[in-house]
Amino acid sequence: MDLIYKTWPWYVAGPLIALTMFLLIKMGKKFGMSSNLRTMCSIGGAGKFVDFFKFDWKKDVWNLYVVLGVIFGGFIALQFLSPTAPQINQDVVIQLQELGINSTNTAFLPTELFSLESVLSIKGFAIILIGGFLVGFGSRYAGGCTSGHAISGLSNLQIPSLIAIIGFFIGGLVMVHLIFPLIF
Amino acid sequence: MKSFLSFFGIGLFLGILFIKSEVASWFRIYEMFQFKSFHMYGIIGSAIALGIIIVKYLKHSQAKGFWGKEINIMPKEKGFTRYILGGIIFGLGWALAGACPGPMFVLIGTMLPSIIVLILGALLGTFVFGILKDKLPH
Repeated sequence: MDLIYKTWPWYVAGPLIALTMFLLIKMGKKFGMSSNLRTMCSIGGAGKFVDFFKFDWKKDVWNLYVVLGVIFGGFIALQFLSPTAPQINQDVVIQLQELGINSTNTAFLPTELFSLESVLSIKGFAIILIGGFLVGFGSRYAGGCTSGHAISGLSNLQIPSLIAIIGFFIGGLVMVHLIFPLIF
Repeated sequence: MKSFLSFFGIGLFLGILFIKSEVASWFRIYEMFQFKSFHMYGIIGSAIALGIIIVKYLKHSQAKGFWGKEINIMPKEKGFTRYILGGIIFGLGWALAGACPGPMFVLIGTMLPSIIVLILGALLGTFVFGILKDKLPH
């Protein structure tokens, strides 16, 4: 049981992600999470306004079943299987303190950003909403996210996926190193 | 029902995996972009390494899927601009929110209302992309 409660090391988690991709391919599908956002927009009626959302989303409903499983799996893991918070590199703990984030090593997500109190402030709400917006916009523009490009695309040796991942890193590094000091 | 349960089951497994490996933790993403831990690189790297072998094997052996299903491994459309620009925008959001689309859903399990705001943001971003799609450089 101890093995389940502890953080799963990279050499367990990585191969298990590959296994998930293998199972989905064997089921005639693919591993990619962000396309669900488009499907959800379509189900919500976005096709009435924009042609991009007029597509036969019924054949992608299988992926929503995966999402439903992910939600339940996350609930189970967070509520019952995770007694300790992620333990982060000590240098990073200090860096985050300088940014005013002190919940490192005590919570799964920084309470300074994700608590109810924070998200009810204008700044806190804007950070979360804009973060989500950029993920949604960027993943559809690039045609995939971490699962679709980094895992599925690179496994299939796709150059477009490599370009997208270089983009992911440029964006991530700019955010963390140049923009974080301005907003926190 | 069989179809629902198998996809739901894969999702369930993936959800537990996203939490137990901590790839859904904002802190891990921040740490990754500071190059201060091997953890995330090890996960993504080993998944890709094994993934390359799996895809090679599937293509080479021309294996059939489960239940006689056809296997479809589609190449990505060629291009540059959309991948680099979309990638950068995604990366900015990934670092800010500390979550990509899979982990975003898994975090509903934290029961924090902020996760709903995060997902609504992602849906809004997807919707606005749909509106602007034809005006953007591809």
